[in-house]
Amino acid sequence: MPFIPHTEQDIQTMLTSIGASNIDALFDEIPAALRSGKLTAIGDGLNEMQVSRLMHERAAQDSQPLNFIGAGAYEHHIPAAVWEIATRGEYYTAYTPYQAEASQGTLQTLYEYQTMIASLTGMDASNASLYDGASGLAEAILMAVRAHKSSRRVLVPATVSPLYRNVARSIVKLQNIELVEIPFDIANGTTDLNALQQHAGSDIAALVIPHPNFFGALEDVGALTDWAHAQNALAIGLVNPLALALLRAPGNWGAKGADIAVGDGQPLGAPLSGGGPYFGFMCCKQALIRQMPGRIIGRTVDLDGKPGFTLTLQAREQHIRRAKATSNICSNQGLMVTAATIHMALLGADGLRRAAAASHGNTQALAALASGVRGVKRLFSTPHFHEVVLRLPKSPAAVLARMTEQGISGGFDLHPHYPQLGNAILVCATETKTEDDLHRYVAALRHALQS
Amino acid sequence: MLIFERSHPGRRNAAQAPHHAAASGIPAAMLRKDQPLLPEASEMDVVRHYTRLSQKNFSIDTHFYPLGSCTMKYNPRACNTLAMLPNFLARHPLAPEASGQGMLACLYDLQEILKDVTGMAGVSLMPMAGAQGEFAGIAMIRAYHDARGDTARTEIIVPDAAHGTNPATAVMCGYTVKEIPTDANGDVDLDALRAATGPQTAGLMLTNPSTLGVFEKQIQAIQKIIHDAGGLLYYDGANLNAILGKVKPGDMGFDVIHMNLHKTFSTPHGGGGPGAGAVGVAQRLLPFLPLPVVTRQDESYHYLTEKDLPQSIGHLSAFTGNIGILLRAYVYARMLGADGMHRVAEFATLNANYLMAELHKAGFTVAFPQRRASHEFIVSMKPLKDATGISAMDVAKRLLDKGFHPPTTYFPMLVPECMLIEPTETESKETLDGFVNALKEIRDEAHATPELVKGAPRTMPVRRLDDVKAARELDLTWKTPTSTAPE
Repeated sequence: MPFIPHTEQDIQTMLTSIGASNIDALFDEIPAALRSGKLTAIGDGLNEMQVSRLMHERAAQDSQPLNFIGAGAYEHHIPAAVWEIATRGEYYTAYTPYQAEASQGTLQTLYEYQTMIASLTGMDASNASLYDGASGLAEAILMAVRAHKSSRRVLVPATVSPLYRNVARSIVKLQNIELVEIPFDIANGTTDLNALQQHAGSDIAALVIPHPNFFGALEDVGALTDWAHAQNALAIGLVNPLALALLRAPGNWGAKGADIAVGDGQPLGAPLSGGGPYFGFMCCKQALIRQMPGRIIGRTVDLDGKPGFTLTLQAREQHIRRAKATSNICSNQGLMVTAATIHMALLGADGLRRAAAASHGNTQALAALASGVRGVKRLFSTPHFHEVVLRLPKSPAAVLARMTEQGISGGFDLHPHYPQLGNAILVCATETKTEDDLHRYVAALRHALQS
Repeated sequence: MLIFERSHPGRRNAAQAPHHAAASGIPAAMLRKDQPLLPEASEMDVVRHYTRLSQKNFSIDTHFYPLGSCTMKYNPRACNTLAMLPNFLARHPLAPEASGQGMLACLYDLQEILKDVTGMAGVSLMPMAGAQGEFAGIAMIRAYHDARGDTARTEIIVPDAAHGTNPATAVMCGYTVKEIPTDANGDVDLDALRAATGPQTAGLMLTNPSTLGVFEKQIQAIQKIIHDAGGLLYYDGANLNAILGKVKPGDMGFDVIHMNLHKTFSTPHGGGGPGAGAVGVAQRLLPFLPLPVVTRQDESYHYLTEKDLPQSIGHLSAFTGNIGILLRAYVYARMLGADGMHRVAEFATLNANYLMAELHKAGFTVAFPQRRASHEFIVSMKPLKDATGISAMDVAKRLLDKGFHPPTTYFPMLVPECMLIEPTETESKETLDGFVNALKEIRDEAHATPELVKGAPRTMPVRRLDDVKAARELDLTWKTPTSTAPE
């Protein structure tokens, strides 16, 4: 019996102790009419050799194209040590650290994580993670509405990922929160400040500020933050944590800094893995700590005065506050954060900055090369981080499909989400790409456009 | 010692960083001027630091971990190895479906397996944790009522023994919560349920077996009360391990269910996630499933989108949920097969009833001795506390010294000084016997040397921590000695 250690002798001894004639008798409180028949969709069990064969065959079906898609999930080098350590059984198979004395490993790791991510974002505090960046944005919106008290309107620029806006809408609409879309300036791919200004003086709970935005462009974060504060609204920075190794931190945006910083931690050590697991991070200013959702780790002392770590401010959480909790979140993405902590420790500020700068440089080089292809034009000359928008002379879907045939994932088709941009795609070249890779991309693009 | 205290200025990991490149396209005003607080340490320093930290944890791989309602069973290593095959890890979520047919096939098969074991008509794998599965489930109930123009339903009924996520979820979905009591047998108080149910009822959230560790025998009556009132029935799958292959939530009349794959399907708990909270629905809720859902058409696999399910409650993650965790659950399910599913419930229940019988015989107070245990049961330490002053918390801390992770303490709150004990099917009789002996020893110590128990633990990296100080003098991030010095 896979993973069940009982011998026939054990079973008999245990049943005798219980006073039951057989195992089935233990289910005698379940009404007989409800008892299940046979399972039909599940075959016989496979042993490890067989399931290993199956999964290797399935994996082999999935080709590994040379990837130039970003759009919220980024291919970066992950040091071998990250997942070697993170999948140690002591991290991998522990639970939420309710018993602090027996969980100091996880707790200290999370405290170190909170320190690192709060510093990267320039904020006072961090929680121990949310599910992903998109649901994290929804939580940030809910948090801003709780903190603001009077308004249930939140301004969300169209330069926020459409995938994120979908998720935020799914989650917050049930609490009658209104998300107002702010159009972007078609000339430079950033939030249209004039359109924003039309909302001046109205009761707004928060403004979301994506940086870099979905087009990879850098927003005028100082002006946007100050504008939000002038409306008595909170400023929510939606950021890529790797970019923050280079860019001014949300805590230092404008005169007073953003109030909440949120985003997806995937660029910090999480493999692409088809879409997850990644993790959401959330940091905030001191005044908002008690409005934060999720686990928070604090440092304290034990009976002997020795430093130690524990879950704190649990009175915000569902297992204590129930219907009055700040969120229903319980499990978060602990193991991903463990990996991110090790990743950040291994790279350090210098390593992260190099990875960020190399990604920026590669994308810039790719954009220059691609612009040399007849009919291809880079949209938006605004400074960008590691993604750019290219306009193609043909329908992106067909061009991308032809690039796929050449083993290249050529980018994300923007047309369904932003038809006003025409035949536009979003491309990303991280530090993992060599000069040769960039030339392969351009050759494949040229070929796809000709055919 | 913190990783920051192992930092030495100028130390680099040359092997891990790309060559220096200037961020030449970014104006200087947009660049950060300060240095983020990250350690400067060698690869070996980092590996040693986090290896040593990991050793301060209790985990399933190192200790018996009978945390009630958490299903801390063995996580087979093959699941990890096979979910981390390079082609799976390298797949970008927005890459064409044609280049990910192997991964999609696994997800499709997993949906079919989960439909079968739960008796539901459709499954979406996308919610990223149990609580997000709950959100999806209640959001679907709301979408169903709204689609029928039935908007007067404003309440979700929740038994008082429920997990805190249930009422918190109902509120997140815009409902108010009506709590109903439990009767002396640990079942739902039917009279109270009848009184609470009406035209304002959107649905009932029920965990069955309940968090009291007993199967809700009146489930058919409950189902009728709720459905007759026009409400829907939500199954909290936290305790699905107890009934896997024995009774299907769909057959009990549930309209929607979430499963904690990190419990029942043995994916790792990871120190608090990532989990996976797949949802299953009855026929009438199929149009509302969260996206994407995997479908098979002409021998190939696709994700369904808004175009296919226009009434969907939408997306709950940017991409496709915790795929890596779903792959682990799939490998586990295939290793178990149909017979293995039944055995999960059988041996989880055998272990729980054996442990309950042995503790009962040893003189411990079992909360519901007249009932069968499900996969878990409750022991109350109230008699011990009355006699010696030793609380359930003291016993829990002393268990650590004896090499056992304690059960869930003080939940559910209905039973004083309670310990909710869930041994799971993967533990051997010897381990269970050892646990009984440890509890007996602690009881003896409580009478003979109570200070020993009150001062526990003594063998852990730290002794009991000052939680009040942690909350009052918040220290959530480390500050460099210079940054904490007065200006």
